Amino acid sequence: MVKFAHLIPIFPFAAFVINIFFGRRLKKASALIAIAACTASLALSLWTFLGLLKGQGSYPLFDWLIFEDFTLHVGVTIDSLTCAMLLVVTSIGTLIQIYSIGYMSQDPRFSRFFAYLSLFMASMLGLLLADNFLILYMFWEGVGLCSYLLISFWFEKITAAKAGMKAFITTRIGDTGFLIGIFLLFVASRDLSFAGLSHINGNTGLYTAAALLIFCGAIGKSAQFPLHVWLPDAMEGPTPVSALIHAATMVAAGVYLVARCFGLFLTHQPALICVAYVGAITTVLAASIATVNNDIKRILAYSTISQLGFMMLGLGVGGYSAGTFHLMTHAFFKALLFLCAGSVIHSVHIQDIQKMGGIFNKMKVTGTTFIIAGLAISGVPPFSGFWSKDEILTEIFHSGHPALFVAAALTSLLTAFYMFRLIFLVLFGKPRSELHLHESPKTMTIPLIILAVFAIFAGFPGSPLMNNVFQSFIHLEAGHAAQESSPDYFIMGLSTLIALSGIALAYCLYIKQKKILPQAIRSRFAPLYQLLSNKYYFDELYDFLFIKPCGRIAKTLAGFDLGVIDGAVNKTAEIVVILSKIKAWIDTTIVDGAVNLTAKTVGLFSKELRKIQTGSVQAYLLFAFFGLVLMMLFKLIVK
Amino acid sequence: MSYPILTWIVFAPLAGGLFILFVPKKSVNLIKAIATAATAIALTFSILLLLKFNYSNPAMQFVEKASWIPSINIWYHLGVDGISVGLIFLTTLLSFLACIGSFGIKTRQKEYYFLYLLLSTGMLGTFTALDLFLFYVLWEIVLVPMYFLIAIWGGPRREYAAIKFFIYTLAGSVFMLLGILALYFSSMPHTFNILELTKYSGAWTLGFQIIVFIAFYLGFAVKVPVFPFHTWLPDAHVEAPTPISVLLAGVLLKMGGYGFFRISFPILSDAAHYFALPFAFLGTINIVYGALVAMAQTDFKKMVAYSSVSHMGFVMLGLASLTVTGFNGALLEMINHGVITGGMFFLVGVLYDRAHTRDLNHFGGLGVKMPVYGGLLSVFALASLGLPGLSGFISEFLSLLGAYPVFKLITTISVLGLVITAGYFLYMLQRILLGPANEKWAGITDINKRELCTLIPLMILIIIVGVYPMSALKYQMTAISALIQKIGGFAF
Repeated sequence: MVKFAHLIPIFPFAAFVINIFFGRRLKKASALIAIAACTASLALSLWTFLGLLKGQGSYPLFDWLIFEDFTLHVGVTIDSLTCAMLLVVTSIGTLIQIYSIGYMSQDPRFSRFFAYLSLFMASMLGLLLADNFLILYMFWEGVGLCSYLLISFWFEKITAAKAGMKAFITTRIGDTGFLIGIFLLFVASRDLSFAGLSHINGNTGLYTAAALLIFCGAIGKSAQFPLHVWLPDAMEGPTPVSALIHAATMVAAGVYLVARCFGLFLTHQPALICVAYVGAITTVLAASIATVNNDIKRILAYSTISQLGFMMLGLGVGGYSAGTFHLMTHAFFKALLFLCAGSVIHSVHIQDIQKMGGIFNKMKVTGTTFIIAGLAISGVPPFSGFWSKDEILTEIFHSGHPALFVAAALTSLLTAFYMFRLIFLVLFGKPRSELHLHESPKTMTIPLIILAVFAIFAGFPGSPLMNNVFQSFIHLEAGHAAQESSPDYFIMGLSTLIALSGIALAYCLYIKQKKILPQAIRSRFAPLYQLLSNKYYFDELYDFLFIKPCGRIAKTLAGFDLGVIDGAVNKTAEIVVILSKIKAWIDTTIVDGAVNLTAKTVGLFSKELRKIQTGSVQAYLLFAFFGLVLMMLFKLIVK
Repeated sequence: MSYPILTWIVFAPLAGGLFILFVPKKSVNLIKAIATAATAIALTFSILLLLKFNYSNPAMQFVEKASWIPSINIWYHLGVDGISVGLIFLTTLLSFLACIGSFGIKTRQKEYYFLYLLLSTGMLGTFTALDLFLFYVLWEIVLVPMYFLIAIWGGPRREYAAIKFFIYTLAGSVFMLLGILALYFSSMPHTFNILELTKYSGAWTLGFQIIVFIAFYLGFAVKVPVFPFHTWLPDAHVEAPTPISVLLAGVLLKMGGYGFFRISFPILSDAAHYFALPFAFLGTINIVYGALVAMAQTDFKKMVAYSSVSHMGFVMLGLASLTVTGFNGALLEMINHGVITGGMFFLVGVLYDRAHTRDLNHFGGLGVKMPVYGGLLSVFALASLGLPGLSGFISEFLSLLGAYPVFKLITTISVLGLVITAGYFLYMLQRILLGPANEKWAGITDINKRELCTLIPLMILIIIVGVYPMSALKYQMTAISALIQKIGGFAF
């Protein structure tokens, strides 16, 4: 048994080191290095996958922390979940990096871009291979860092700089919860490995709390309600970044995390229900915002949030394989959507869909792949999204939470609607502003075509057409038999119907009756429209509730520090100075004064007494005579 | 052991300083060379010390003992164990690097380097002395050169800052002296020997211990600094020249923490248990309060100074936990903070030397003009905000992990402090490096080779410790386990 899986992240990391130090000399070659490294990782991932099929499993590497009664072993997790994710991440990563050659060709920091992407790939792959919470957390923060660096890649734009910061801090809020969750888990079981999760028992409350806190991390990373606000702003980054990090891989890490500790959630149902409801709220919330937004990338960002919520919802009702299945298919078609959007932006240099239109005629490849991706995400059979969505819907339907099913169905409808609103407005109709259209270069279109193939076919392994081979591959090892899912034709029909009606609605509104109907609806539901187009006022709310007060508290405390605490120090010093001045006064006037007074008195006396010393003998005799008389008188009287 | 390695380490700088006194004022290059050589010798010996150090032995090693004032039982007594070995290395490293960083000093070099080397000896002596009297003398020796270094080579408000620093710390150490005398007179036979005194703790009443603990606390807390004794720090930092800020943050603050590790906790362990909760509470105040005040600063250097206050909170919290994990975190945090914040102050200096301002609002877009500087600043800022993979994370993590089982709520609040820390460091990066390029700085040059020399070693350390923490932890673990056992703390 050859153990090489831990080398998978090494290649991109080496590419990062090379590109960060020698990038400026390498120029365009830096892209080749990054892509070569990523391809090597892809090959190794495939090899690992084959090894897994042959029965190879996780293995330990070395001890990272050694305390007297606790040792943190670092090893590599190799199971179906990791392998599937590895393949998805490396294949999409390779394609997106190829695409980036074309997209970033004019950028002055070309090599820096590929350095960051390589660092991201290394962290992401490390995250997937980690076999305990601490190492996972480290890579978790690592991908967060790369996300920060890449969102604010065009840092001259102040909005990009701010968006990066917002992303980092918002996710860190979730991560503090995650960290406390790790503490709780450590306190309860003295074991941070994922393998240890399967044999925990007792202390239900504590473990439920730990699961919920770990989920906080997932909420931040996967942009779930209420920490979803950073992802739309993250679209300030270059589009390949949005595709790779903020659609296909990093944001899915939250879903991966829940799937990774699914055993913990499954045995602590309240936490799992919480996952389901957070997912449900997120998915409806984000999908509804997407229906009114006009920025091509932001629509896709809200769509990503919504789809991630959908996965959480799937996991939350116990659909382990359904949730992870959707994670895979979504990665392909959402990456494709972003790359198509990038191709469009690369051509027209604007992002407002109200100004686009009629692009399909000039950009056939982009247009076609865009539509394929749109059909996939809307859930039209036989595209990949249909199969995974159907799995989740089936799981929810059988879970006995009607509210969740309504939310999921509503989201499906909204998804099909906003996606085809986007497609119709961008690709069809007449151009609504002056556009200089040209198809993108081959380095960009070829990845589109390959991803489109995935968007069509990636669902088949999980479909009844291939006997649900994916589900039986990915099933949870620990005591959970693969779910025997006989195809539920009712749900399939229903979801197809929902998808088609969403598309039809978009068609009616934006192709047939454009202008009139949408505006009529908009004015009819003005408050709702306001609410949606302002994204439910979350940014304003957070600004009011947290950011402003935090700034105010900081200012107040700084004033307090300078005024009160330092003031007290200075006052103390002043008081000491005043005291010493008083003392000095006492010293000079009273103490020293007394001394001087004594001296003066003595002087005064001697001055007067001196007058007696005349030097004349007669006077002295006179004094002596008077003295004698006085003494004699004294004697006489006393007797 | 064939030669007194600790004496070499401690007195090599002072020897260099005395040598400088005999060099003519004009031979600036010779003076610099002597100073660099003296700190280099100390550094070499401390590396040798690390190599020779037996980290599976919790006892004092390389002990040197000679009678000094026999009539009152005072000894020249040096030694090193897992608690001090890292700090000694840190001190020699920063002394060496800050010496190179001092080449930018243009006035009165002779006095500067003499005082600088005296300071270095004082700090090293504090970390090696095992006799309380010797400890006190060396502790106070540090103040004098520091006072002059700030007061002569400092910024516009240097005199105020220098006097404030001097008197504040002196006021604290007066109480420490009382504490030392109390220990001396209540031991039988009277002794200043720290190792001997640790054996007495059982014999003293809690009341006595509490009083002495408070006396020592006042001395150490000013140095750490613990809220509310921290306000000398921003002033001293802002006014001090760059290399002195580096030593101030990198080493001087550690003297306070070291005092807790070496004196307060082992000698007065009952009082340490008694004060655990207030310690944790103060630690959290340091973390959160320091971070919030840092966030409001517009002066780059002041911001970094308050970030030190915040980071020292993790030391307090780790100490308060009385757990092996927490103690390890606290001690490692001292070393990591020394490396990271030392580097931060170098970086502040690099920018100040070019721009002659530290106002964060005056910068912007420097990432384009100074890419290498930008990269380094980002790495140090990320290390400071506790990004995993860099050294700051692991020590904060261990402090929190150790404290969590003991103080759940307090630790949770401290973890939230991490968000604020991330906030102000990223905000700083944004204001300096990001955004549209400011025309004012069109001619600014990137970091030069000499400045790089001072920063690269620190960055390498940050990465090594961050990626493989055992490389640093192995030195201290055994000693800390023994210490916890001695104190009667918790073995996790």
